Amino acid sequence: MRITLKIWRQAGPKDSGRVATYQVDDVSEDMSFLEMLDVLNEDLNDKGEEPIAFDSDCREGICGQCGVVINGQPHGPEVTTTCQLHMRSFKDGDTITVEPWRASAFPVIKDLVVDRGAFDRIIQAGGFISANTGAAPEAHAVPVPKKKADRAFEAAACIGCGACVAACPNAAAMLFMGAKITHLGELPQGQPERWNRVRAMVNQHDEEGFGGCTNIGACSAACPKEIPLDVISTLNKDLFTSLRK
Amino acid sequence: MSHTIYPEPATRSEEEGMLHGLYREGDPISDAKAPAGPIQGRWSQRKFDAKLVNPANRRKLSVIVVGTGLAGGAGAATLGEAGYNVKAFCYNDSPRRAHSIAAQGGINAAKNYKEDGDSTYRLFYDTVKGGDYRSRESNVYRLAEVSATIIDQCVAQGVPFAREYGGLLDNRSFGGVQVSRTFYARGQTGQQLLIGAYQALERQIAAGTVEMFTRHEMVELIVVDGRARGIIARDMVTGEIETHLADAVVLASGGYGNVFFLSTNAMGCNVTATWRAHRKGAYFGNPCYTQIHPTCIPVHGDKQSKLTLMSESLRNDGRIWVPKRKEDCDKDPRQIPEEDRDYYLERIYPSFGNLVPRDIASRQAKNMCDEGRGVGPEVAGQGRRGVYLDFAEAIERMGRDAVSAKYGNLFDMYERITGENPYEVPMRIYPAVHYTMGGLWVDYDLESTIPGLFVAGEANFSDHGANRLGASALMQGLSDGYFVLPNTIRDYLASGPYPKVDESHPAVVEAQEAVRRRIEHFLTCNGTRSVDSFHRELGLLMWEYCGMERTEEGLKYAIEKIRELKKEFWSNVRVLGGAEELNQSLERAGRVADLIELGELMCIDALHRRESCGGHFRAESQTEEGEALRDDEDFAYVAAWEWAGENEPPVLHKEDLVYEFVEMKQRSYK
Repeated sequence: MRITLKIWRQAGPKDSGRVATYQVDDVSEDMSFLEMLDVLNEDLNDKGEEPIAFDSDCREGICGQCGVVINGQPHGPEVTTTCQLHMRSFKDGDTITVEPWRASAFPVIKDLVVDRGAFDRIIQAGGFISANTGAAPEAHAVPVPKKKADRAFEAAACIGCGACVAACPNAAAMLFMGAKITHLGELPQGQPERWNRVRAMVNQHDEEGFGGCTNIGACSAACPKEIPLDVISTLNKDLFTSLRK
Repeated sequence: MSHTIYPEPATRSEEEGMLHGLYREGDPISDAKAPAGPIQGRWSQRKFDAKLVNPANRRKLSVIVVGTGLAGGAGAATLGEAGYNVKAFCYNDSPRRAHSIAAQGGINAAKNYKEDGDSTYRLFYDTVKGGDYRSRESNVYRLAEVSATIIDQCVAQGVPFAREYGGLLDNRSFGGVQVSRTFYARGQTGQQLLIGAYQALERQIAAGTVEMFTRHEMVELIVVDGRARGIIARDMVTGEIETHLADAVVLASGGYGNVFFLSTNAMGCNVTATWRAHRKGAYFGNPCYTQIHPTCIPVHGDKQSKLTLMSESLRNDGRIWVPKRKEDCDKDPRQIPEEDRDYYLERIYPSFGNLVPRDIASRQAKNMCDEGRGVGPEVAGQGRRGVYLDFAEAIERMGRDAVSAKYGNLFDMYERITGENPYEVPMRIYPAVHYTMGGLWVDYDLESTIPGLFVAGEANFSDHGANRLGASALMQGLSDGYFVLPNTIRDYLASGPYPKVDESHPAVVEAQEAVRRRIEHFLTCNGTRSVDSFHRELGLLMWEYCGMERTEEGLKYAIEKIRELKKEFWSNVRVLGGAEELNQSLERAGRVADLIELGELMCIDALHRRESCGGHFRAESQTEEGEALRDDEDFAYVAAWEWAGENEPPVLHKEDLVYEFVEMKQRSYK
């Protein structure tokens, strides 16, 4: 396949950035999207032009490090991570635009690489259960109903890639946050800190400059791990409950 | 072109004391510091003997942790909780992305929740045997002992393990084992365990006990008066070269499987942290022990960057086969009748069947393909490289929904990568490099040969021997991080205080200068070849000659080629961009430089070990039936390699392995 790429190039955080056009011939449909970018980068390096910076690590769809907006959609046309998107999803002769995640809470570092440190700071605010090492009761001391365990698991599948934020017209991180609140809130172990957790995380979310949720649902539609939209309802319910406490 | 940093190696084969023309032998290692006495009491004894640090004094002590996956993240969080000043470093944008996250299958623990005869002793026994009698009894027993506590800790943190309808935890069995002792969270166990450790770590960051440095890479170790006292790190965003000093340093920087270029490791996994420490005096243990995982998605093309593992748990219900006749290999597998299929693992190993350990399953897959009975597309020059992993019978037995509930996410992943639906057509799998059992040599305290330098998780060599059983890596990472290190580092720190070091110390200045020289060399070399092209070439050499099967001749050839490659790399690499910015080519250049040197040592280690054991299969040492043949008489030791200087032959130190509790036997899974 022959592919034309329109890629966002930005030398650094202070650079205003521009779109550059490249051609990649000899693309096989078995290549992943990132392998296609690797091929382009080898070609650029040969020509003495600096390769395009982009993030990726596990390339197995689980670490959450990769992620770019492809033709306007976070991670591209399939419901998966960018590393698991394969070129068979495109046609010979296609023109593809590639941009970094867009959100003021995710500043661009270089080209397609953004800083998602805000997610870590939201977790720091309360996205954990305080269980010091060595103080844990026997694992079977607290049974967890399977239904709750399954719901917790479903929410815990979030990989923190940030596609939800990139998809949201308000750049809200409610799906990310809702996933964590649902995961920990469903479990008996998560109850003691439940109400503080939701308040602290929402405060941090707003402080980081993420927008508010207006129930559009683009986040869940773009989520490579199919985190359900109703984790946001759980978050809102917990938030209201906590404010009454 | 100047390559003054790495002058050409001299021919040394005739020199005195040289073995195989490649290395020298040094003094044996006499004491690995394990307590004596009944094995059940050794860890308790060691914890009791370790000196205490009172809580008020902990605030005055500092520890650097490099790598924040399962071992490093758990260790940093626990040391932070204890009240020490911790600085933690990772090269990713967040500690949540460490490669531990990609482990799918599960974590072992001797809970005996199934009442099927499991016990601490049996987990210990299985692990020693599974490691092909090349691991230490004391370490492995401790691992088994701590395993049950790990599950308690993770459940308390909210790790959503699979549960039964009664609300209790579920278990499954795993390759090489006949009891159900593996705890799992669908196919995402590594992710869920890592998120647990990550959240514990973020909690300490918020509490101010841990200072986290993301997108930072350790590029040099600082050794002062023979002790590890800090690291030089590069801020990968600004390019700044930073000095960080502490009372002790922990490396938990993972494995080096990326020496093979194509592997299941994340793209960024590298050997730099441990290799820099090796060059400063830390011995490197058993570098040639590489685990080849049997259930990976086969290679599809020459531009491929990465191999993907399918969880080993698939072997619980999937049946592995190839056509009996070569002429059937390109047929639609569904058209091949039962009588024309060879379920070779069930045939050769009737009692373990498809659940034989990884090394055996991998080698047999290779044998089938070497015989010309591989399936899937032709790989240039190598024939078909794949075998079927078939769920047709499981779907018939359990129903499609039950199979989907158990393995659905893996099936989806397979379909996404290959474009084939595994519910309809059997999956194709082939072995790939997955885990490295070698790593920096450590004693029972996880301390390297440099005092004050501790090494945990995959970065050390210690617990798996020559082979790793399924679901034991997550166990070791968390055991080291949560329970072992915090106890043994305490003893080291209590023996202080160690004299203050500041940035003007000659050892610090020297380390900074070395880093600057390397970076400047890469950016001014102006060669013609990309970093990746060297990495791919190294990988092909390693896979061909130091991969699933090794021969004397092949290894000698590879050593020669790697030396040529190293020379070319240093004179002909092209790295564009600058030093003071995010520069991914520059990052990779430093890592590939270290992987090349490691590759050579791996081949030397593989060459000297003229026996087959676990993940190391020497063609010259096999039974009449083609199984790995150990040589306990001559090789029941850990090979600990000392760096002797630039272009000096490495020095081999042997640590004899003594088996007091488990009798060394030929491993048989028939």
